[in-house]
Amino acid sequence: MHSQNITLLAQKLRAKEFSSVELTQHFLDRIKQFDTSINSFITITEEKALTAAKIADTRISNGEKNPLIGIPIAHKDLFCTQNTLTTCASKMLNNFVPPYESTVTQRMLDSGSIMLGKTNMDEFAMGSSNENSFFGSVKNPWNLEAVPGGSSGGSAAAVAAGLIVAATGTDTGGSIRQPASFCGITGLKPTYGRVSRFGMIAFASSLDQAGPMARSAEDCAHILNSIAGFDEKDSTSSEAEKEDYTAHLNQPLTGLKIGLPKEYFGDALDQEVAKVTLDAVKEFEKLGATIVDISLPNLNLSIPSYYVIAPSEASSNLSRFDGVRFGHRCDDPKDLLDMYMRSRSEGFGAEVQKRIMVGTYALSEGYYDAYYLKAQKIRRLIKQDFVDALSQVDVIMGPVAPTTAFKLNSKTQDPVAMYLEDIYTLSVNLAGIPAMSIPAGFIDKMPVGLQIMGNYFAEAKLLNVAHQFQQNTDWHTQTPTLAEGV
Amino acid sequence: MSLNKQDVQKIAHLARLSLSDNESEQYQESISSVLTLVEQMQSVNTDGVEPLCNPLEMTQRLREDAVTESNQRDSYLAIAPQSENGLYLVPQVID
Repeated sequence: MHSQNITLLAQKLRAKEFSSVELTQHFLDRIKQFDTSINSFITITEEKALTAAKIADTRISNGEKNPLIGIPIAHKDLFCTQNTLTTCASKMLNNFVPPYESTVTQRMLDSGSIMLGKTNMDEFAMGSSNENSFFGSVKNPWNLEAVPGGSSGGSAAAVAAGLIVAATGTDTGGSIRQPASFCGITGLKPTYGRVSRFGMIAFASSLDQAGPMARSAEDCAHILNSIAGFDEKDSTSSEAEKEDYTAHLNQPLTGLKIGLPKEYFGDALDQEVAKVTLDAVKEFEKLGATIVDISLPNLNLSIPSYYVIAPSEASSNLSRFDGVRFGHRCDDPKDLLDMYMRSRSEGFGAEVQKRIMVGTYALSEGYYDAYYLKAQKIRRLIKQDFVDALSQVDVIMGPVAPTTAFKLNSKTQDPVAMYLEDIYTLSVNLAGIPAMSIPAGFIDKMPVGLQIMGNYFAEAKLLNVAHQFQQNTDWHTQTPTLAEGV
Repeated sequence: MSLNKQDVQKIAHLARLSLSDNESEQYQESISSVLTLVEQMQSVNTDGVEPLCNPLEMTQRLREDAVTESNQRDSYLAIAPQSENGLYLVPQVID
């Protein structure tokens, strides 16, 4: 049951081969069996899941058509879920039970999917390895000594290990795509504003975007159908019409123009990753696509621009954690200032405090023009590169990350090396365009993702391109061999 | 770009973070390395380039000036570290 896609599961639920309660129990059992070694969940909502599954079985019996009804899913622990603990993997929110529901999780509830729990992540989504979680690192199911990527590492690992059918993630600088690549699953970061940010605990508001993480492009399309679309509760939600993202999956790729940016294949890229990426591109040529060499000249500037903009916005967003209204408060504060300072220092981990301080510095008097404003100007140059490139080609392809999943603790001592990991993903968030990671091969038994980037609101095109690749390859159906938990 | 310990303590104060001496030293190093990383921006000519703050360049959407939310005071206060008589409690501010 745990290796089948949503379309097939939906058919079998309707054919009464098994019920949603049985399906839900099967995944709950797998989580109990395997997650002690992977650590992909922070909270498991067993009772609520089984109650919801009973309702789903009734809805299916009543002839309701939505393929997500009765399907077990998980949410990154960054989405507020009413009456269910939401920690953002931080000590700061270790006791936070939201009084309201995020739009993404509400829409997934309405679609009838069954939430089995909340997944582990880097604290406040700040990280590329999942080593910054208050609840401990997540392990990569393909090799328990490797990281799963981050920040949506729990969601990626849980899907890869077959502990859940699909999960939500969020992507501020690569946090859906890089863990999807490292864990061998399919992940989509939609266009900025396509999916509502309401009830997502904010990291960098001009970059944050939620999206699906699943075993195939088709599964991602089903989930995007549920979560995409205008939301008046999010002031930057796009009013552009949403589409049926499953409608164009089967379009042939004849005549598709794929841009290969030369900057994505420079010295930083591991040669074996380059080979896997180019082999995948050849597969698209067989499907009728043509290759165009393009350039995104400001790619290297995406790192400095991002590491000013994201911490600046984070320092502002995270000022809400003051020990007054929710979250951690220190013991016996001697006055108000002492309460603010100790509550925040005790509640936030080291990476979060560092980024808050970088952002505070960049926004402080006398430095704003040199840092934040300069970074926003460079952001326009980066966006313009993509606009120019996408006027010549339909999609852009390249690697997701310079290497496959690295070993736990191998980069924690050199934070700048960790930041450089994000070179191929950051620019997409700065430009606001959609992008995917799909499984494209293996190096030493570790998965490698291919990144597919497209024009604003071209999610249906990306999913079509990814689906056609997956109809002709079987990388996305490979699964890791799991050892039982200790 | 390199910060000294006093710079770090000043930033920490602005960010309302309390750092030990040892922590200040560690952050001095790690924040300086981030600032060095982002320094390459300064060599880029951005004359005449408009800053981009929203990738879709949307303008702020306005809504009707009408009450749309119901009173949620009790559920919000229920998750506060300390509250009393419908109010958030904080350490005494005025003597």
